[in-house]
Amino acid sequence: MSLEQAVEAPQKTAAEAAEVAEDWRPKILAFTCNWCTYAGADLAGLNRMNYPADVRLLRLPCSGRVNPQFVLHAFQKGCDGVLVCGCHPGDCHYSTGNYFTRRRMLLYRRYLEYLGIEPERFQIRWISGSEAGKFRDTVVDACEAVAKLGPNTKYREEGR
Amino acid sequence: MSRIGVFLCHCGTNIAATVDMTRLAEATKELPGVVYVEENKYMCSEPGQQAVKQSIIDRGIDRIVIASCSPRMHELTFRKMLTDTSVNPYMLEIANIREQCSWVHKDKEAGTKKAIDLVRMAVAKVDRNAPLFTSEIPITKRALVIGGGIAGIQAALDIADAGFPVTLVEKEPSIGGKMVMLDKTFPTMDCSACICAPKMNDVGAHPNIEIMSLSEVEEVTGYVGNFTVTIRQKAKYIDYDLCTGCGLCEQKCPSKVTSEYERGLAKRKAVYKPFAQAVPSKPIIDAKNCRKFTEDRCGVCEKLCTVNAIRFDDEDKLVTLEYGAVIIATGYELIDWTSLYGEYGAGAYPDVIDGLTFERIINASGPTEGHIVRPSDGKEPKTVVMIKCVGSRDPHKGKAYCSRACCMYGAKHAHQFLDKIADGECYVFYMDVRAMGKGYDEFYMNTLQDGATYIRGRVAKIYPEGDKYICIGEDTISSKIVTVSADLVVLDTAMEPQESADAIGRLFGVSRDLDGWLTEAHPKLRPVETNTAGVYLAGTAQGPKDIPDCVAQASAAAAKVIGMFCLKALESNPMISVVDEINCRGCGDCVDVCPYKAIAMETVERRENSVWVTRDIAVINSGLCQGCGACTASCKSSALDLLGFTNEQILQEVDALCL
Repeated sequence: MSLEQAVEAPQKTAAEAAEVAEDWRPKILAFTCNWCTYAGADLAGLNRMNYPADVRLLRLPCSGRVNPQFVLHAFQKGCDGVLVCGCHPGDCHYSTGNYFTRRRMLLYRRYLEYLGIEPERFQIRWISGSEAGKFRDTVVDACEAVAKLGPNTKYREEGR
Repeated sequence: MSRIGVFLCHCGTNIAATVDMTRLAEATKELPGVVYVEENKYMCSEPGQQAVKQSIIDRGIDRIVIASCSPRMHELTFRKMLTDTSVNPYMLEIANIREQCSWVHKDKEAGTKKAIDLVRMAVAKVDRNAPLFTSEIPITKRALVIGGGIAGIQAALDIADAGFPVTLVEKEPSIGGKMVMLDKTFPTMDCSACICAPKMNDVGAHPNIEIMSLSEVEEVTGYVGNFTVTIRQKAKYIDYDLCTGCGLCEQKCPSKVTSEYERGLAKRKAVYKPFAQAVPSKPIIDAKNCRKFTEDRCGVCEKLCTVNAIRFDDEDKLVTLEYGAVIIATGYELIDWTSLYGEYGAGAYPDVIDGLTFERIINASGPTEGHIVRPSDGKEPKTVVMIKCVGSRDPHKGKAYCSRACCMYGAKHAHQFLDKIADGECYVFYMDVRAMGKGYDEFYMNTLQDGATYIRGRVAKIYPEGDKYICIGEDTISSKIVTVSADLVVLDTAMEPQESADAIGRLFGVSRDLDGWLTEAHPKLRPVETNTAGVYLAGTAQGPKDIPDCVAQASAAAAKVIGMFCLKALESNPMISVVDEINCRGCGDCVDVCPYKAIAMETVERRENSVWVTRDIAVINSGLCQGCGACTASCKSSALDLLGFTNEQILQEVDALCL
């Protein structure tokens, strides 16, 4: 048995799944860079696009500012999904910030998966300031995927 | 305990229609630290701003949350509003409940809940805000212009005319760039030298401009307002202070080599001025081809020079100067079609030439004095084929982009050829005709009137037959194969960035796009700025352009520089990284991550736990740091933090969201 299989996350029991309230909606946090994704989200608003109200954006100067600890902290405190979004690689406002994000977060994603957090719960997306449609689609997809998985229970602090 | 004031903007009905403002206000009042909540129809309006100012006085508020539109819209407005209050402008957070809430959610219940979350996050963050202060950065009011083509010339003249000193660095022996090689310019058909040479002379004579020819930028440190640039002035082997430019050395020099300026159509000497109107109007010695250097004999120039200006022992000089702003105008080069287009002979056929070579042939001051002849035998061509988009709009072989100027100079070449050779025939193979400038389409129409035959399609093959070149292509309109027996073939080849642009971009931290063009800060709204503050772009360094666009962009870049130089000092961005010296373990990871070279390791001696220790710590240059925060995520010991977006603030926001 491989190490990965050994620590594979236990499947949610039927009883656990039933506990989820009817009106439960996922809580998703998106770390976004100020220059691309946040601007893309603003543009989606300007175009009056419609998407589920489950995602909250946290504005940062650059996706390179996102410390992996922030992501873990979000899951611990009760987020059901986390997005990290920045400029397309090569288009970083700060030249190279998102290259580091890409390497760091893709590795981190595998690590979280290893720890038992479903990969659908943590996604990295590149959305430019002009890609309002892509922003909406990303939010819709993320909400759908996380809603399907139900509330995150892994590493969650008690009482949350 | 902080005293937070929260101001909820209705934005008319933009927000109030989807968010229940009364519920939002009630929920906000419950948040820790909030001492005052006020609703307003328009927060950004004068009465709205006045309400904030009044409540600061009345309620003793020390930090503010405004729930309104995007911070990208009005953060600056509200920061400015706070400058004349007791509250620091950085003790402000904005909850974006319009673009990211009311405008995108139709369900009032969900919208209101989200708005409450967003306000709670902003309140939690502002609770940990600290006052930040901008500092003044002094400006060295001298500009560096890199590249002495028409864009660099225009930018240098504009800045110098405004009264500021300029250094114009050119890697060739003379300024003038590509424009000075051209014969006439579309669509007005005025002679290129007649409009370019006077500008070159103006540059040469301007008291505020120093030309550094045969020079290249070697090293750059510093930041906006205070760049320190080292320029390598290559050895010219002639003392420019003494040389009078009489030209006797050039006359008598026995070494003849192919002239780069004449695109290989003529010879030049080893001591030479590239062309008659060169600025500076003094020769250089080409050491690679000078017999004094290659064979250690001759030296006739030295013997003849009446002012003893020849310096065979001359060496490269490094000059270091301070600059406040930099304009990069490194220009373009034509793509090397010979390595890409085997079907056009890969350069083996002497009468298959590129557009710039044709410019030299039709140029009155060129090697043929403007007589159109074939490079191979000097005969006048009667049938000319012009092929557009060679290397442009051809992602498989060349570049995917359109080079923008070729449609027009192709039309100009056709017009000039038909004008000079009355019984000539001109066939132009094209993909589309893109004549989108002022007076351009009219010019193209005139060329058709002149009798040029435009064939929509590409030439698939050129092969010689006798002294003719057979061009086979498809006319995609009639779907027929067309064969033209041509005397001369002109390829309108793609522009590509100068080779040096890559190094220049790297030196100044300006990114290049996939094709190597230097990228502007914003394609529409900041077309001449780069993402490095104080560095601007002009001309074809940024992308293919024609002359009017180059000049316009150069003047725009110059205006930006002049605007900056008119300020007393620059205001620094206070949202930058800071180092906690106690926790810094001196690994230096942050140094590698920083895109602005703003972090350096310094060895310090400090007293820790009653003993003196020597260790390395990271030191941040507050002028260079742009506040991206990349270093903070790379720091293993959490010694780095970003002011305005501190770890604590971010975690507070996350906590607030999850409540």
